Amino acid sequence: MSDKFDVIIVGAGPSGLAAGYMLAKEGMDVIIVERGDHPGTKNVMGGVLYRQPTEEIIPKFWEKAPVERAIVEQRMWLVDKESVVTLGHRSKGFGTEPYNNFTVLRAKFDRWFAEQVVDAGALLITETVVEDFLYDGSRIVGVKTGREQGDIRANVIILAEGVNSLLAQKVGLQRDGINSSELAVAVKEIITLPKEKIEDRFNLEEGEGATIELVGDSTFGMMGTGFIYTNKDSLSVGCGVLVSQLVEHEGLNPNEILEHMKSHPAVKPLLQGGESNEYLAHMIPEGGYRAMPKLYRDNVLVVGDAAMLCNGIHREGSNMALTSGKFAAETVIAAHQRGDYSAGMLSEYQSKLEKSFVLKDLKKYQNVGVVMERNRHFFSFYPHAVNAALEEFLTVDSVPKKEKQQRIWNEVTSQRSKYEIIKDLYRGWRVMG
Amino acid sequence: MTIEDKLFLNRFQADKHSHLKIRDRDVCRSCERKPCTYICPAKVYAWDEKEERIDTAYEGCLECGTCRYGCAHDNIDWRNPRGGFGIMYKNG
Ligand SMILES: Cc1cc2nc3c(=O)[nH]c(=O)nc-3n(C[C@H](O)[C@H](O)[C@H](O)COP(=O)(O)OP(=O)(O)OC[C@H]3O[C@@H](n4cnc5c(N)ncnc54)[C@H](O)[C@@H]3O)c2cc1C
Ligand code: SF4
Ligand code: SF4
Repeated sequence: MSDKFDVIIVGAGPSGLAAGYMLAKEGMDVIIVERGDHPGTKNVMGGVLYRQPTEEIIPKFWEKAPVERAIVEQRMWLVDKESVVTLGHRSKGFGTEPYNNFTVLRAKFDRWFAEQVVDAGALLITETVVEDFLYDGSRIVGVKTGREQGDIRANVIILAEGVNSLLAQKVGLQRDGINSSELAVAVKEIITLPKEKIEDRFNLEEGEGATIELVGDSTFGMMGTGFIYTNKDSLSVGCGVLVSQLVEHEGLNPNEILEHMKSHPAVKPLLQGGESNEYLAHMIPEGGYRAMPKLYRDNVLVVGDAAMLCNGIHREGSNMALTSGKFAAETVIAAHQRGDYSAGMLSEYQSKLEKSFVLKDLKKYQNVGVVMERNRHFFSFYPHAVNAALEEFLTVDSVPKKEKQQRIWNEVTSQRSKYEIIKDLYRGWRVMG
Repeated sequence: MTIEDKLFLNRFQADKHSHLKIRDRDVCRSCERKPCTYICPAKVYAWDEKEERIDTAYEGCLECGTCRYGCAHDNIDWRNPRGGFGIMYKNG
C-alpha cells in the first residue's frame, strides 16, 4: 500500500461511499477506511432509500443494486393505547420506473455500493479503525489507524464516520459530548415473513412495498416515532426516541418500547407468524441545523450523519449523506486542481450545501426539535385526542351527532384548554410552515 | 422477547478486551439514577450491589453509542472495538 493518497475517507456508509465514488471516477487517488468486516455490517437504517439523490451518484442503480421493494404506499398512524387513526398515500406510479424510493437493508446495500466504488478505482480497507489524526505541527496530514504501521497520509480527509462522530469531536469540529437532546436512539428488529404474506397483509402486488410511521402511544408519548417497513421477505420493525427523554423515563429500556409497539392490536396481526432474525440499535442525529458542527477546516471535511445532516421529520438521512458526500467530492476535486486544501478553499463545500435542499430544509425545520421537545403533548395528547374523538364519532349509540360533537369537544378541552390548543396549532404551523 | 433472546440472534465477534471503560468508579457510586443501566438497548451495564460497581457485558454491545451521550456524568470512555471485532449485522 502506498502510504500517501490524495484523499482519505473515514467510513464506508452512504456519505463516504458517495464521496469515494465521485473522487475515484475523477481519477483521484482515494482510500476508504472502514471498521466493519464489510461495509454495512455496522450500519442500521429503517430504511427508505430515495431514488433521485442516489441516482445522481449511480444512474439506474436499482437495476443492479440489492434493493428490497419499491414503495407504493406510505402510511402515518396516530396511535392510542388500543386504537389507531390512519392516514396514507398510495400511487401506482411509484411502483414503476423511475420509482420514488425503495426499502434497503444496509448490510447488503452498502456492500454492493462499496463494490461499485472499488470498481471505479478507490482503495477500500476494512476491519480497520481510524483512531486519530497525523499532524505536522498543527497541520493535519493524515490519520492513524489501529493497524500496525497503519499511518496513512493524504492532502485531505473526509470524515464520514456517522452519528457517533468521535473524530470530528476530537478535531474540534463537533463539540465533544453532543447534547443528549440532539440524539435519538433507535432499535429495530428484522422479522422474517414469506413474501406472499407480506403482500397480502399490506395489500401489495409482487415487488411493491409499503411503509408505516407510528406516532403516539407506541413511544409512550416520548418524542419519537415507530416504523414498519416491508422488505422482500422480512419486515423492519423499529422505534426511536430522544436520548434525553429516555434518560428521564427512569427504568425504561428501548427494547421495552419496541415490544410495547409490537403488541399493539393494530401492529400484532401484521407480524403474526413472523420470526425474529436480528436485533439492531443505532443513534439518529436529531439536532438539525442548530446542532451542526463546523463543516470544514484546513485539510478536513465532515459529511453525512457526522455533520448532523439528518431530517427526522421526513425520515431523510441517507439522501443528505449521499448529497453531502457528492458536494465534498466536488469541492476536493476543485481543491486538488488548485493544489490548495485550506479552509478557505474547502468552504465551497458549505456553500454547495447552503444552495441545496440539505441546508434549506434543515434551516426551515431548525426550531421543530426544540418546540416538540418542550411540547410533549404533540406525541401524547393529540394522538390520543384524535383517536378518542373518532371513536366517539363512530360509535352508533342513538346519541344525536350534534350532542356527540359537543361531547368530543368537552372531552378534549377538559384535558387541554381551548387557549392551549390554539397556541399549539399556531406553534405547530409556525415551525413547520 | 427479552434482550438476551434477541442478542442471541445476532452475529458478534467478541474481542478479549472491553471497548467500554468506566472512567471513575466513585462517580458511579454517587450517580443517582444510573441511566446506563436502562437506556442501553443491549443492557450492557448492570449495577453490582455487592461490589458497588457497574459491570459491563461489552460482548453484546451493539455499538450504538447511546451510553456515551446518556451517561449522567460523561463517565464512559467509549472506543470503537478493534477493527473486525464487535457486532456484525447480517441485514442492517
Ligand atoms: C433506525 C434508523 C432508521 C433510519 N431510517 C432512515 C430512512 O428510512 N431513510 C433515510 O434516508 N435515512 C434513515 N436513517 C438515517 C440514515 O441511516 C443515516 O442518515 C445515514 O446512514 C448516514 O450515512 P453516513 O454515511 O453519514 O453514516 P453511516 O451510515 O453511519 O456510516 C458511517 C460508517 O463509518 C464507519 N466508521 C465510523 N467510525 C469509524 C472509524 N473511526 N474508522 C473506520 N470506520 C469508521 C462505520 O462503521 C460506518 O460504516 C435512519 C437511521 C436509523 C438509525
Ligand atoms: S450513568 Fe455513567 S456515572 Fe452513572 S452509573 Fe452509569 S456509567 Fe456511572
Ligand atoms: S454503545 Fe449502545 S449497545 Fe453498546 S453499551 Fe453503549 S448503549 Fe449499550
